[in-house]
Amino acid sequence: MRRYRARKLVNYFGSGLALLCVMLAILPLGAMLAYVLGQGGTSLNLNFFTHLPAPYGESGGGMLNDIEGTGYLILLASCVGLPIGILSGIYLSRSTNYRFANTVRFFTDVVAGTPSIVAGVVAYALVVIPTGHFSAYSGGAALGLLMFPTVTRATEETIKLVPTSIREAALALGLPEWQAMARIILPAAANGIVTAVMLGIARVAGETAPLLFTAFGNPNLSFAPSNAVGALPLEIWKYATSPSEDLHRQAWAGAFVLFAIIVILNLIARLLTLRLTARVGTG
Amino acid sequence: MGATVRAEDISAWYGKKLAIRDMNLEMKPNKVTALIGPSGCGKSTFLRCINRMHEVIPAARVGGDMWVGDQNVYSRGVDPVKVRAQTGMVFQRPNPFPTMSIYDNVAAGPRLSGKTRNKKELDALVERSLRRAALWHEVKDRLKEPATGLSGGQQQRICIARALAMEPGVVLLDEPTSALDPIASYKIEELMNDLKEEYTVIIVTHNMQQAARIADFTAFMLAGEDFVGELIEYADTKTIFSTPKDKRTEDYITGRFG
Ligand SMILES: Nc1ncnc2c1ncn2[C@@H]1O[C@H](COP(=O)(O)OP(=O)(O)O)[C@@H](O)[C@H]1O
Ligand SMILES: [Mg+2]
Repeated sequence: MRRYRARKLVNYFGSGLALLCVMLAILPLGAMLAYVLGQGGTSLNLNFFTHLPAPYGESGGGMLNDIEGTGYLILLASCVGLPIGILSGIYLSRSTNYRFANTVRFFTDVVAGTPSIVAGVVAYALVVIPTGHFSAYSGGAALGLLMFPTVTRATEETIKLVPTSIREAALALGLPEWQAMARIILPAAANGIVTAVMLGIARVAGETAPLLFTAFGNPNLSFAPSNAVGALPLEIWKYATSPSEDLHRQAWAGAFVLFAIIVILNLIARLLTLRLTARVGTG
Repeated sequence: MGATVRAEDISAWYGKKLAIRDMNLEMKPNKVTALIGPSGCGKSTFLRCINRMHEVIPAARVGGDMWVGDQNVYSRGVDPVKVRAQTGMVFQRPNPFPTMSIYDNVAAGPRLSGKTRNKKELDALVERSLRRAALWHEVKDRLKEPATGLSGGQQQRICIARALAMEPGVVLLDEPTSALDPIASYKIEELMNDLKEEYTVIIVTHNMQQAARIADFTAFMLAGEDFVGELIEYADTKTIFSTPKDKRTEDYITGRFG
């Protein structure tokens, strides 16, 4: 009887502690949402999307250069990260050389857990120093390096979700292995791979550190891959640490837009995942 | 016209584990041959040796010779992809390609293997295959709809039509009705009778009544104490079910084990 009561007490205590921890986890998230939506939403206007930054000391202006730069960097990063990520994901899903595959998985996970500034340093050493200048492609390379592990693992998992019986049906028809993959299995996994791509992009869209000494930032629009380009997170960092009240408001607006982009990417990814599981379930 | 399928000393391994040992039997064209035996005795494994599907499993290996028509599919230099293209296979669970319409499922083989991409020829081939699978009238007005929207029995007949569209000499079916309800099963059984007019039909079933109903010949397999499957007895279906020679066959068909 005594032991039962003691157990109940421990139980209450444990549940209470767990609940407290959940609150502590939700609280900052809620605070962040409230702040970004409140401060950012009120600071946002149409000029933000259509104008370049105002000259220092003047108010108004926008972040067109940084929106363009972020888009451009994502495009370049995708050119590096998506082919590597998708192809290595396909390879891992089909590999029968378990030791090699596990080694690849291990290194992919290491890269995934690497602090993003390390990717920046690597791109700086391998691209910026040899070419002698900051550039969009060095930023793209740094982001691509950060992007591919997410894509690799998600692609592998999605392909493994396609039932073996589908692959066997394709092989039994007399399709070579590559055709079974390209024409039957990949289309069946398409939603999941798009999801992987979205998550990969979301992973890098908000990165600041690796861009500090690669893409560098640029107050003007720039479409040349060898020029420095702006990026939303870079500008937010610069404005938020400046003394000007106006620039603080711009930084909030930038944070809001960046946040919205990432939420939208994640939502698309989530919706596609739901559709994929629904389809595989009936297939 | 079907092709004769003859197994000579066929053994199959999964890694180091021997699954079937020294199978010898000849399956005749334009007949239905049933492979029966308790679960795990190697029926599926043997069936997959016929079209070289066994080896798509990692570390799986086959020994012996398998003649399909006048070709030994295990002789040097034979392309397994070609062997599979010339042999239709239908699996236990209906497995239509999930992203494809009914039409595209049936057209997938000829289209992707480059057999024909001509629209008119494909249309004709799809219709002919669906007719042979006794499905044409049920789906002819909804060819563009996804194949996964059909009932289980219809999906299985789509899979049969998909295999027939490659115009194979041999059709292999691995318990094609075990995931279906009795009425859908009955339709597939009826279909077997039509199919044998043009093909060599080899069907795995663990349903003895089904074998008795549809097969001209029946092979009984059993795994001994070492868990390696072997051919115990092979004869015309009537003999197997009325006057089997082997005591183990008799025990199995009278329901004493399995
Ligand atoms: N993919 C596989 N890997 C390893 N062993 C397998 C595999 N498939 C089947 N086996 C083994 O081979 C034996 C024969 O299996 P199978 O041919 O599927 O029998 P059946 O179709 O008669 O039920 C069984 O012992 C089974 O465990
Ligand atoms: Mg089986």
